[in-house]
Amino acid sequence: MRYTQFTNPQVQQMLDVIGVDSIDDLFSTIPPALRFTKPLDIPEGISELELLRDVGSLAEKNTSCDKLTCFLGAGAYDHFIPTVVDGLASQTEFLTAYTPYQAEASQGILQLFFEFQSMVCLLTGMEAANASLYEGASAAAEAMYMAAGITRRNRIVIAESAHPDIRQVIQTYARERGVEIATVPAPNGTVDETALAKVIDKQTAAVLIQSPNLYGCLERLDRIIPVIHEAGALAIVSTDPLAAGILKPVGNFGADIVVGEGQALGIPMQYGGPYLGLLAGRKKYLRKMPGRVVGMTKDADGRRGFCLSLQTREQHIKRERATSNVCTNQGLLAIRASIYMASMGRNGIQQVAGQCFDKAHYAAQQITQLKNYELRFDAPFFKEFTVRTTHNVQDVIQSCRDNDILAGVPLARLDERFTDSILIAVTEKRTREEIDQLVAALGAV
Amino acid sequence: MPNTPKLQQQDFPILFELGSPGLCAVSLPKSDVPQTNLSDSVPGDLIAAEPPSLPEIGELDVVRHYKKLSRRCFSVDGNFYPLGSCTMKYNPRINERVAAMPALANLHPYQDERDVQGLLEMMHRLKQYLAQIAGLADVSLQPAAGAHGEMTGLMMINAYHRSNGEERKIVLTPDSAHGTNPASCTICGREAASVRSKADGRVDLDDLRSKVDDNTAALMITNPNTVGVFDEQIAEIADILHARGAQLYLDGANMNAILGKTRPGDFGVDVMHYNTHKTFSTPHGGGGPGAGPVAVAKHLTPFLPIPRVILKDDGTFGWESNEPQSIGKIRSFFGQTGVLVRAYAYIRALGHDGLRDVAECAVLSANYLAARLKELYDLPFPSPYAHEFILVPRAANHGATELDIAKRLIDHEIHPPTMSWPVAHCLMIEPTETESLDTLDHFVAAMTEIADELENDPDVVRSAPHTMPVRRLDEVEASRKPIVRWPAD
Repeated sequence: MRYTQFTNPQVQQMLDVIGVDSIDDLFSTIPPALRFTKPLDIPEGISELELLRDVGSLAEKNTSCDKLTCFLGAGAYDHFIPTVVDGLASQTEFLTAYTPYQAEASQGILQLFFEFQSMVCLLTGMEAANASLYEGASAAAEAMYMAAGITRRNRIVIAESAHPDIRQVIQTYARERGVEIATVPAPNGTVDETALAKVIDKQTAAVLIQSPNLYGCLERLDRIIPVIHEAGALAIVSTDPLAAGILKPVGNFGADIVVGEGQALGIPMQYGGPYLGLLAGRKKYLRKMPGRVVGMTKDADGRRGFCLSLQTREQHIKRERATSNVCTNQGLLAIRASIYMASMGRNGIQQVAGQCFDKAHYAAQQITQLKNYELRFDAPFFKEFTVRTTHNVQDVIQSCRDNDILAGVPLARLDERFTDSILIAVTEKRTREEIDQLVAALGAV
Repeated sequence: MPNTPKLQQQDFPILFELGSPGLCAVSLPKSDVPQTNLSDSVPGDLIAAEPPSLPEIGELDVVRHYKKLSRRCFSVDGNFYPLGSCTMKYNPRINERVAAMPALANLHPYQDERDVQGLLEMMHRLKQYLAQIAGLADVSLQPAAGAHGEMTGLMMINAYHRSNGEERKIVLTPDSAHGTNPASCTICGREAASVRSKADGRVDLDDLRSKVDDNTAALMITNPNTVGVFDEQIAEIADILHARGAQLYLDGANMNAILGKTRPGDFGVDVMHYNTHKTFSTPHGGGGPGAGPVAVAKHLTPFLPIPRVILKDDGTFGWESNEPQSIGKIRSFFGQTGVLVRAYAYIRALGHDGLRDVAECAVLSANYLAARLKELYDLPFPSPYAHEFILVPRAANHGATELDIAKRLIDHEIHPPTMSWPVAHCLMIEPTETESLDTLDHFVAAMTEIADELENDPDVVRSAPHTMPVRRLDEVEASRKPIVRWPAD
């Protein structure tokens, strides 16, 4: 393929205008010893049809969730995506636009991000949200920096019940900044509330809690956040925005910064990315936030308009003193999530969340009636729960896979303490029949 | 002057001003399982009294809203977009089709490796292609964007020095560096220090020599640099650093200019990042997603982030995370897979021959525009240019600024170039390789007309744009009293 469009006579015409003999003359600043004169060791170019065959033959080696019934979760979920999301988000005016630095020529995208921020505020219960970060785990790491910046302290406490990706990514980021990481234990599926106060000291900037957490359990934010504040630290909560369809937005419990993975909001699973990092906070922390923020303003004639706001926080202005190095974000995924939230609306989001809840609870109830399976933890859950089995976990997973069912994530993959457990997610997309088939497959192991 | 569009006359509604209570654009199947009483299973304090007050709008009006918003955006598909340093090239349609294939898009990240062999094979091939283009030993596909790649690269440099028992604190950046470079230094607990550029845009080697010492972790350089010039001293720069044990980091933002013509690994680079959304045509999406794969020389491979895609002894592909010297995980799951699929498709379709053609046409286009415009505007740096060049309006023929010229281009349906960076009062113009000669000539005609207006009717330039739904916005007030959600506080 070639996506260039010069004819040979045009190339000659352009070279004449420039006043050189050949294209190679334009590369004269590359010293001869550094020029690469061989072909790169990459196959020769192919046509569009051949590319379809090439990628098609690779894709055939995969078995996707189109052919399997998916009960996998742990941060990525098989939710239904309304057709309007794909149709509208794929408009190439959105797809092929750059960051909206030129406000007059980007009002559509700027307004869209403003609406996105507003809806994220509703689902998180916060006063201000940015226009997205890379994904849930690095958003949590950015929140850690933000909290350290606000409090000028350098210690972060993370719940043991948070997803290991969040814990490991924060660990990676923290090392370079000399931020100390401590853990609050979660021996029974949720944060040990009595241990919490003890682990927070005067150098603790923030405590990060995930709810619903790695095991699917809901943390008692109503009790935990006051303890964090009492000890003088900020509360960072990582959440599933969809849960706000039926549960109180986590901001209502007094969280200072809310982060989350927005994949559930109309984004395909795509083997883990690109996803959507959410970050929201109290308005008084707006100037400490990472990433782009869109503001509403007026134009020279007094008309309502939108522009990138508070750019003095950002790297292209503030350089080494910026709140973050984030530049490119996940604009197109924020667009998808916006269209999803606008399409679902108040009632749709409640229905989706409600059906996830009902179906997960139906599945849990059916599974725990089987011999050899019980709920691993007592805590309440939303759309995902942990089951303990007396069988070998790999045997259970394989046996279900033989029936085209992805039964769940072996929990030991994410938390090595639990070698006897499976994490099972049930979205609104699963039917009773599919759940019954899962139960039958589990029972037949 | 073009006609004022109708849209400009109206107050354009936002989402929250549409719809009526009870409307919903989606219908879900009725639940086929027994309802579980929420309050039996969840403590009352955690239950919402009512659902969040998202908009309530019917399907057609949702469609119209986003259709109208899309008409209020410039895009590569609709407009010439000569935005320097951003490589706004054509995003091939086929790549969207490929990435949307259900057998690639509908995979859960925790599916067993046996279910995703085709995807892993593709990622492994991509990794090899990117290593080959860089002339470096290995590649991580994990970073989510260019700045994320910078962070990853610097972390690896820190880990490398640590493995030698050193904690080097200073990272040098030329004064013309992208803002992300110094910001990434801070993220990685390093201090950014500036190295002077000479009048011709090249690094001042004397200044560099005076600043490199045993506390220097690395120099972060962009080459071709941000003024559009390939710094031919690059091998010498690498030698100066390496002599003191420091590393050479390449910001790969400008890789489009050198694909297949020279390789970073061959000119002394130890670690670099790519921006797939620049060089490899993955769509910018209004600001993302990108992907920022990082390539490294052999001595840095132990420090690559996890997980790493590998070809196993049994001939299958998988992820390896058991790497004791790795800097660790830098994001959730396995990278921006959907973006990387598009990058694979682009590189595979072009091949080694097509990639070289990209660099040649990109450089030809930039030098052609520079040659056509040099009589009307000042070009402060010497040609030949790489894939972009710096242009400065002449002081004599305006009371208007580079901002005014940029805004006036909007009236010609051309997206403004990058402004006021890396030198004061400039426009940075990058046409990319995918534009036709007709489009380049249209740009020259627009710039010629604007130069004429600056002489004869500067007010029309100063008050531009005149054809957009809004006129210039009060960005100062937007930052002084920020309104960042609806309803306004």
